[in-house]
Amino acid sequence: MEYEVSVGMECHAELLTNSKMFCGCENAFGGDANTRTCPVCLGLPGSLPVFNKAAVEHVIRTALALNCEISMHTIFHRKNYFYPDLPKGYQISQYGQTPIGINGYLEIETPEGAIKKIHITRVHLEEDTGKSIHIDGLGYSVMDYNRSGVPLMEIVTEFPPDVQSGEEAAQYAENLRSVLLYLGVSDGRMEQGSLRVEPNPSVRPEGSEKYGVKTELKNLNSFRAVRLGVEYEAARHVEVLESGGVIVQGTYGWNDEKGETFLQRPKEFEQEYRYFPEPDLIPIDFDEDYIERLRVTIPELPLAKKRRLMEQYGLPSSDAALLAQDQASAAYFEKAAKSAGDPRAVANWMSGDLTRLANAANTPVYATPITAENLRELVTLIEKGTITGKIAKSLIEDMFTTGKTASALVAEKGLKVTGADEALSIVQKVIAANPDVVAKIKAGNEKSAGFLVGQIMKEAKGQARPDDVNRLLKEELDKL
Amino acid sequence: MNEILTLTAAAIAAKVKAREISAREVTEAFLARIEAVDNDIQAFVTVTPEASLKAADAVDAKIAAGEDAGSLAGAPVALKDNLCTRGIETTCSSKILRGFVPPYNATVVEKLASAGAIALGKVNLDEFAMGSSTENSGLFPTRNPWDLTKVPGGSSGGSAAAVASLEASVALGSDTGGSIRQPAAFCGLVGLKPTYGRVSRYGLVAFASSLDQIGPLTRTAEDAALVLNVIAGQDSRDSTSVPRPVPDYTKALTGDIRGLKIGVPIEYFAEGISTEVRAFVTTAIGILRGLGAEIIEVSLPYTDYALAAYYIVAPAEASSNLARYDGVRFGARVTSAKDHIELFENTRDEGFGAEVKQRILTGTYALSAGYYDAYYAKAQKVRTLIRRDFDAAFEKVDAIISPTTPTPAFGLGEKSDDPLAMKLSDICTIPANMAGIPALSLCCGFLDGLPVGMQLQGPAFSEETLLNIAHTYQLETDWHTRRPTL
Repeated sequence: MEYEVSVGMECHAELLTNSKMFCGCENAFGGDANTRTCPVCLGLPGSLPVFNKAAVEHVIRTALALNCEISMHTIFHRKNYFYPDLPKGYQISQYGQTPIGINGYLEIETPEGAIKKIHITRVHLEEDTGKSIHIDGLGYSVMDYNRSGVPLMEIVTEFPPDVQSGEEAAQYAENLRSVLLYLGVSDGRMEQGSLRVEPNPSVRPEGSEKYGVKTELKNLNSFRAVRLGVEYEAARHVEVLESGGVIVQGTYGWNDEKGETFLQRPKEFEQEYRYFPEPDLIPIDFDEDYIERLRVTIPELPLAKKRRLMEQYGLPSSDAALLAQDQASAAYFEKAAKSAGDPRAVANWMSGDLTRLANAANTPVYATPITAENLRELVTLIEKGTITGKIAKSLIEDMFTTGKTASALVAEKGLKVTGADEALSIVQKVIAANPDVVAKIKAGNEKSAGFLVGQIMKEAKGQARPDDVNRLLKEELDKL
Repeated sequence: MNEILTLTAAAIAAKVKAREISAREVTEAFLARIEAVDNDIQAFVTVTPEASLKAADAVDAKIAAGEDAGSLAGAPVALKDNLCTRGIETTCSSKILRGFVPPYNATVVEKLASAGAIALGKVNLDEFAMGSSTENSGLFPTRNPWDLTKVPGGSSGGSAAAVASLEASVALGSDTGGSIRQPAAFCGLVGLKPTYGRVSRYGLVAFASSLDQIGPLTRTAEDAALVLNVIAGQDSRDSTSVPRPVPDYTKALTGDIRGLKIGVPIEYFAEGISTEVRAFVTTAIGILRGLGAEIIEVSLPYTDYALAAYYIVAPAEASSNLARYDGVRFGARVTSAKDHIELFENTRDEGFGAEVKQRILTGTYALSAGYYDAYYAKAQKVRTLIRRDFDAAFEKVDAIISPTTPTPAFGLGEKSDDPLAMKLSDICTIPANMAGIPALSLCCGFLDGLPVGMQLQGPAFSEETLLNIAHTYQLETDWHTRRPTL
């Protein structure tokens, strides 16, 4: 039997704010345990929450970028449950009909290049919990509440789910992360848990109306893990169903090394959270002006940018996608490609040598000593025939270490391209010096021409244009 | 008895500032009084003589330096033990909070200190402010200074008993469903529950967040105005505090209520209210009429549903507010448990008293998915109707007068086995909490040696009107000058 895969997506992103969601403690990652806490985020008796306006704005902007409607009247709720990492015994969250954002979508690109809308049902604001730390041999757990009260945004896709494969799940996560980075609302670090992607895969026989039992995947710390996790889990579901078994509902972890999921916690009963409106916070009412002021701060988003780069600069999909991953790279590219003859050459330099150099120095491409202007000039020099690609390859190393322009380095080093006349004499000289090789070529061994090209380039100290050399060599050989 | 003890806070501050007496003398007198009578009254959970005398000396030093020592300079105050005090154990009269020493002060505690008031210590309450007699204290019961066999009321029973027995000049209490006004009535005091949002709740250990409000228990309306001047106002740490300027409440005490329209709600004089109490309040209404007030009959038909709705909303919020007492971060914790769930269960089982457990259970039930609409959502609708009742009445009148409680103070142990009868003692006070409006109780007579209270309720932010009516009544009568014999 054939099966269809459906994947609901729940994503949590810690928001980039100076302070926590309901108190003045610093919002940061790491540090000594319990050093960023106060009566409010420790849930001490008598403390009260006061909401962080910047966090609310981050969520509104995200909701707008995800094409959501904004609830003009929004309230917070208490989600009640007991756990040591939850200081108040409840999490302040948003439940029900009026989260900040509702009914939106995020577009992803299918492998065939088509656009697919992934519908989003809600974007809401809540607070993060602390962390339990288990130390072997201690006999009890210890708690770190530094993360307690960090603003957390939850983005949930609509049911029935639009995501239908591990590939699409990863694609969705990747696009979402880019959007969050573009908006500056999250640092999107999956490995640190600041972006948590939790797919809920289920399978059902093709054509069946009824959706299968879903499982919840957690601890996926890369897009690859998202794809593999969903694929593994969907395949497991099929296997269980085919062998007549039932899917155990629950939370499954992902073991990256083994490439397997494992059951963390079975869902034995529907958790009773006793949601009710948070009486310590007053409802928030937005006005249209305020929302419009935030709407104009939404930049061109990753997928739109990618498609524009393809159209405007003739870039292949893969290059455009790479550039559109972050705004700064795309901006660098556009600056460098402006008035350069071939934008694709700029993209190639960026993804090739420049990326190699940048990675080695552990900086992003757009922040190296090679400015966009300098890259543009380098590409232009090649295009004008002032230098060869081979020279350019060595120049870029010097540009990187010195920060000088290509033209300055050309002048300094006395570099120039061997002219066609000069090249011709070198070609003739090499032909004369290698009669045996010429004979082989004439006898039909075309490959031996490569040896002559090498000799010519060596003689020209790499400064001859390959096009010239190939053309002249062919012409001279034909004359013989 | 030391004369100082009988002074109002207003008089103490005036004399201290005039250097007629020192803040130290005042503080020493009250500390001695506590020493002398608190074995009988049992109002105080914690007395802080060293800190009190230090604060008094600071006030005296300020005065000596010619600085402004504040409007409550040298006035000794008792704090209900659900108000957080930095460095001083705050128990909520619960075993579960034993050993909890807050690292911060409640906003009202800070404000009182900056106004020169001298905190003497922390006073008893029904555990987590849940109760009407202070018998639910997890520590010990407090006695009524007018009759040691009677309850002082609750939950701010310690606050009321301390002021009535002259162990403090004024006290702060909290009022979720009558918890300031009922003990004020039982102990012959002025007790004011301000408008919801008038006073910051930051540092008040929450019982029911949408109902809780801090207020003063005093002997005079003037002292209540003086204390409200200090504690009222918006607080950036409490989102529900209201951004509204604070008037000088003492300026409203004109002693003139001519032309004021005072409503008499028929529902508050119905069956269940003792005929004697009704008679006292009716006499007081006659006095107010004589002072020039216009008396108008009004109706508040949803009053009958207030108690039932309250016993959904308050426990529901409490069940959530009390979830944090899990033994993990502060307070009491059982010494051994096999896992975190057992730690929670055993700590809460040992730490909470029966009344608290009962309310947590009720509230948990009311919020459960299948029952939410039938209980919590319905109760919130009733709340809206009660509010509308008051809105309609306040279109016709400036304030509403009624008894505060159906009877004077009852005996210790008398209603312990009858929780419903106990809860009915709050039938007149609960509607104001449900509507968020201000309400004040003051003494209007004595029945068999026990004080009888009457209640004034007004529209939101009408504290000035209520205080002026009370003040004008006190100018005309002398109930508030009577002292219990101890």
